[in-house]
Amino acid sequence: MTTAEPLLEVIDLQAYFHGFKGQRVVKAVDGISFTLNAGETMGLVGESGCGKTTTCHALFRLLPGAGQIVGGSIRFNGEDLMEKSPGEMRAIRGRDIAMILQDPMASLDPLFTIFDQVAEPAYHHRRLRRRTLKQRVVDLLTSVRIPSPEIRMSEYPHQMSGGMRQRIVGATALSGEPMLIVADEPTTNLDVTIQLQYLNLLRDIQKETGVALIFVTHNLGIVAKMCDKVAVMYAGKIVEQGNVREIYNNPQHPYTEALLQSIPKLGDKSELYVIPGQPPNLAELPTGCYFHPRCPKVFDQCRSESPPDFPLGDGRASKCWLASSEVASG
Amino acid sequence: MADTLLETKDLQKYFPVTSGLLLGRVKAWVKAVDGISFTIAQGETLGIVGESGCGKTTTAKLILAQEAATGGTIEFRGQDVTSLRKRDLMDYRKSVQIVFQDPFSSLSPRMRVGDIIGEPLEVHTNLSKQGVKNRVGEVLELVGLPADDARLFPHEFSGGQRQRIAIARALSTEAQLIVLDEPVSALDVSIRAHILSLLEELQRSLGVSYLFIGHDLAAVAHISHRIVVMYLGKIVEIAESLELCNNPLHPYTRALFAASLPSHPDEEREEIVLSGEVPSALNPPSGCHFHPRCPFVMEKCSVEEPELKEVAPDHFVACYLH
Repeated sequence: MTTAEPLLEVIDLQAYFHGFKGQRVVKAVDGISFTLNAGETMGLVGESGCGKTTTCHALFRLLPGAGQIVGGSIRFNGEDLMEKSPGEMRAIRGRDIAMILQDPMASLDPLFTIFDQVAEPAYHHRRLRRRTLKQRVVDLLTSVRIPSPEIRMSEYPHQMSGGMRQRIVGATALSGEPMLIVADEPTTNLDVTIQLQYLNLLRDIQKETGVALIFVTHNLGIVAKMCDKVAVMYAGKIVEQGNVREIYNNPQHPYTEALLQSIPKLGDKSELYVIPGQPPNLAELPTGCYFHPRCPKVFDQCRSESPPDFPLGDGRASKCWLASSEVASG
Repeated sequence: MADTLLETKDLQKYFPVTSGLLLGRVKAWVKAVDGISFTIAQGETLGIVGESGCGKTTTAKLILAQEAATGGTIEFRGQDVTSLRKRDLMDYRKSVQIVFQDPFSSLSPRMRVGDIIGEPLEVHTNLSKQGVKNRVGEVLELVGLPADDARLFPHEFSGGQRQRIAIARALSTEAQLIVLDEPVSALDVSIRAHILSLLEELQRSLGVSYLFIGHDLAAVAHISHRIVVMYLGKIVEIAESLELCNNPLHPYTRALFAASLPSHPDEEREEIVLSGEVPSALNPPSGCHFHPRCPFVMEKCSVEEPELKEVAPDHFVACYLH
C-alpha cells in the first residue's frame, strides 16, 4: 500500500432500493463520500432508517435483492471494489474486511463449535491447518479474553454468556487478519459494564494489530469514547463529517447540533432539546435540504435547493447552506 | 417531599427451581428480589438502575401485583397490596399502570388506538360508550396526539407516537403510579428527548408518580428525583439523583458510572473496569454479592453481608467502605 492513499475511500456512493416494477425508488444511500486511513476509527452515526446499515452492506457489496449500488466508487487498499467479480469479493470479505454484527446469537451458528466458527476465516483465507490453526484459535480467544480457551473452544455458543459471545464474534472477525473491521451496533445488546469491557477490548486489539474500525451506531457516547472521526448521516446523506473533538465542540450542521443537545448528560437536569417532527420517510423525501422541515435555523434557500458539501478544512465538511457563508468569509 | 404513595418493606420474590417436569421437588430458590425497601412519594420519579438479572423487572411485576411476593409488604396509600382481593385489587390496578419498553409489541396490531386506550376504561369504570370515547380523546390530546387518531391502527404510527399511545393507555384510568419499564430504550435518539420531556410535563400537570426502570444511567438520572441501584436482587445504594451522580459511593455504582458513555470526547471518567459478568442469581456469592467483582474487596466482604445504612442525609449505601 502506498503511504499517500487512504485505506478506504468511498466517493459519491449511491445505493438504491427499487420497489415494485421499479416504480418506487428508495435512495437509502444517496451520494456519500468519506475516507478512512489505516488504523483509524470512524463513527457512522444516525437514526434508524438513515442508511447506516445499507452503507455497511454496500461496502461489502452484500446488498439484499432489491438493493443495488447505482453509482460511485469504493476504493479499498488501492483497488476498486466495484470492479471485483463475486469470487474476488468473496476472497476479500473476511480476509481484508470483516464485520461484527449487532446480535451475537444471530451471527454465531448454534450447530458449530466455537473452534469451527473462529477457525473458518483463518482456514480459508490464511490457509492455516491442523496445529497452527488450533494455535491460532487459542491465541485469538486469549486475545479476546475468553478464559481457558482450549476447553471453551470445543463448546457451543449457547454455553456462553452474551458478553462472551460478542467477544467470540470479535475473534472470528480478527481471524482472517483483516485491515478493516466494520462493527454494526456491536454493543447494543450488552449490559453497560460489559459494554465497557468490550469497547476497551476493541481498543486494545486495535493498538496491537493496527486494524481500522468503522463503528456504525446511534449512540453518540460510543463515538465520543472510541472514534477519531465521525460522519453524521441523515436520510441517506452524510450531513456533517470531521474530527470527533471538533464536531462535538463546534457542530456546524443544525442536525448534529440538535442531536448533541437532545441526549441527556450525567448530572445535568436541564431541559433536553427536542427536535420537532419525525425522521423523514425515505420514499417521500422533502424538497431542498432533507432536514429543513425539522431545522430550527431554516430559511428560504433550504426549502428549494439541496445544499452541497461545504468543505471546512481538515477533512471537515457540512451539508448546510449556513456553512457556505463561513466558507465565503474564510 | 410530599406524602408517601407507595412503600415496600423487605420485599422478597423467590422463584423455585424444581427437579422433574411437573411438581418436582424444589431443589433451590432463585432470589430474584431479596429484601428490598424503598418509598415513592406523590409526584416523584424513582429510578431503578442495574444490569440484566438484577431484579428490576421482577420488582416492577411485584408492584403491579402480577406476581405474589414471597415475603415483605407493599403499601399503597397505607394499604397492604399483597393482601388485596377481588374488588380492592381491581381498584389498586386501576391506579397503578405500566408502559413497556417496545411499543411495537405492547400495542395489539388488530385493535384501533381508541379500543386500546379505552380497554382499561371498560374494565375499570362504568363510563358510557360516549364517555369512553371522550376520555380517549382527552388522554390522546394530553400526550400530544390529535383526538381523531383514535380511529387508526398502531401500524400507522411511528415508534415515538406508539410510545405516546402506550402512555395514554396508562393515563386513561387516572393512574397515580406509572411503572415505566425502559420506555425510551427502543426509540431513536431524537425521539427519546420527546418522550422524556412529555413524561416530565405530564408529571408536572397531573402530579403522577413514576417508577422509571432503565439501564441508560444518563436518561434515568435526568428524569428521576431519586435513584435505586440494584445488584443481584438487592439494593446497594439509594440517593437523590444529583447526589448519586456527583458522589456515588458503592463500588458497583461507581463502576456503573465509569461504564456509562461520555457525552463529549474530552469527558474524563473514573477508570473502573469490572472483571467478569453478573453471577447467576441461582447461586449468588456469599457475603456481599458484589465481592467477586469488586476492586476494593476486603476479607469481611465474602463472609458477612453489609447492611443498607444512611451515610449522608437521604443517601443510603450497603458497603463496608462507608
